[in-house]
Amino acid sequence: MRIGIERARRAVIVHRHAAAVRVTHWVNVVCLVVLLMSGLQIFNAHPALYLGSASEFRHPVLAIGAENDANGQAHGITRLLDWRVDTTGVLGLSRDRAGRPWSNAFPPWATIPSWYSLAEGRLWHFFFAWVFVLNGLLWLGYSLASRHLWRDLVPGRRELGRIGATFREHLLLHFPKGDAARSYNVLQKLAYLAVVLIALPLMVLTGLTMSPRIDAGFPVLLTVLGGRQTARTIHFITAFALVGFVLVHVAMVVASGAWNNLRSMVTGRYAVEYRGRGDTGGEDG
Amino acid sequence: MADSITGIGRRRAVAGVAGALLLGGCDRIEGSAAVKGALARAEGLTRRVQALVSPRGALAREYSEADISPEFRGNGTVNPDDEDYQDMAANGFADWRLEVGGLVERPLHLSLAELRALPSRAQITRHDCVEGWSCIGKWKGATLGPLLRQAGLRQEVRYIVFHCADPPEGGDPNTRYYESIDVAEAVHPQTILAYDMNDAPLTVRHGAPVRLRVERQLGYKMAKYVMRIEAVESFGGIGGGKGGFWEDRGYAWYAGI
Repeated sequence: MRIGIERARRAVIVHRHAAAVRVTHWVNVVCLVVLLMSGLQIFNAHPALYLGSASEFRHPVLAIGAENDANGQAHGITRLLDWRVDTTGVLGLSRDRAGRPWSNAFPPWATIPSWYSLAEGRLWHFFFAWVFVLNGLLWLGYSLASRHLWRDLVPGRRELGRIGATFREHLLLHFPKGDAARSYNVLQKLAYLAVVLIALPLMVLTGLTMSPRIDAGFPVLLTVLGGRQTARTIHFITAFALVGFVLVHVAMVVASGAWNNLRSMVTGRYAVEYRGRGDTGGEDG
Repeated sequence: MADSITGIGRRRAVAGVAGALLLGGCDRIEGSAAVKGALARAEGLTRRVQALVSPRGALAREYSEADISPEFRGNGTVNPDDEDYQDMAANGFADWRLEVGGLVERPLHLSLAELRALPSRAQITRHDCVEGWSCIGKWKGATLGPLLRQAGLRQEVRYIVFHCADPPEGGDPNTRYYESIDVAEAVHPQTILAYDMNDAPLTVRHGAPVRLRVERQLGYKMAKYVMRIEAVESFGGIGGGKGGFWEDRGYAWYAGI
């Protein structure tokens, strides 16, 4: 939809994001931040991950803790399978705001609340889990009803053929201009689809698999996800995969026009730049 | 030069104050009783929705002998610091009597031998601690439902409270562990008063002589060292009034999640 033309900058303002998408996006941001930080608080209660139904305490997949060396000096140690890394200062042993030693897996600046409390971490986690799920269902309902999912997110076969080229353009920080900038590129589409249709539902399902009452009603979750402890491990890994997504997402938002992108997710208005008459975009960066 | 230095100083100061306000604000929000109260309202929603989607009679998964954990962690109290309990333990719990009272028609006093003679159930189940770990163990015990029917619950009974022998570590030495579940959970077929674990009498570490098993909730609901069972209409007047030792310390009463 063409709203206006700013001739001097040869930019066309388009209406990029529907109100439903904008609102659910920002609610989701708040939810994911609180869920991550309260999740790290919960993890601090037992900072180890396992595979299978039960915890094999001697063979964790990942364990974060504080250990004393031969000189009695404490270190934060992160163990991933057979690797052992000294992570003093960040994981296993860090300092609280008052500078006192903090021997929990994740440091207090990364957790909600910022003091150790499994009970309160759970309160935050489960409240925002509800907000997150309801918000996600709202988005899904809108995206199906308005065809947002098909129109804007599912890539066509021709686009899929351009994955390599689009990837190279992204590495060079060359972003589409002109008409090509009006829609998501194929990497965006695949990344967003992977997040909303795979990663986020997987977070919900692995989270639910940790609930003993849900396991009684839906034992298939235990079967499909490989047991409660495997589900917990997947929950943790997927959480950090989402952190990785957010880092790349924010970097791309900044690199491709922080203000324009932010405005489009707040007001919906997005400026599409045209280089000159007849230029319909491309790799002129 | 001087200007730029003060400029940086001012910017630092502003950033510092903003940071302090933000952090202080976070602490205030996180520490607020009103916020915690609002967050806790999700607990009721979780309990109702879980009861809706996971039927009342749904059984927790039962595992095979091969799945039994070689190392079953003992959490919370592992040896009650209580003289009467230690005397009973020294005597093989010959003097232990389970008292079943409160709002019941026929209060019961059961010895361990009498409890063992009641209808029982054995099950290999997964124990999920609120901390996040799980262990699998084999439990055998008296099914709570028939025992409560024998005592005859009065109409108004809504909760079953379990009073324990142990003063939990870090608490007031006069406080004793306690827990409560609702009647629906109490009469669930897998809810048992376990006296055997992995085909041997329950050890002190795991709650001898009897611990509760509530297989569709987290470990803290499964009271160890059970001395007395009380049928009540409300647990408001017991302990801190929240229905359990950990509940009085901020944990959710409903621990199905």
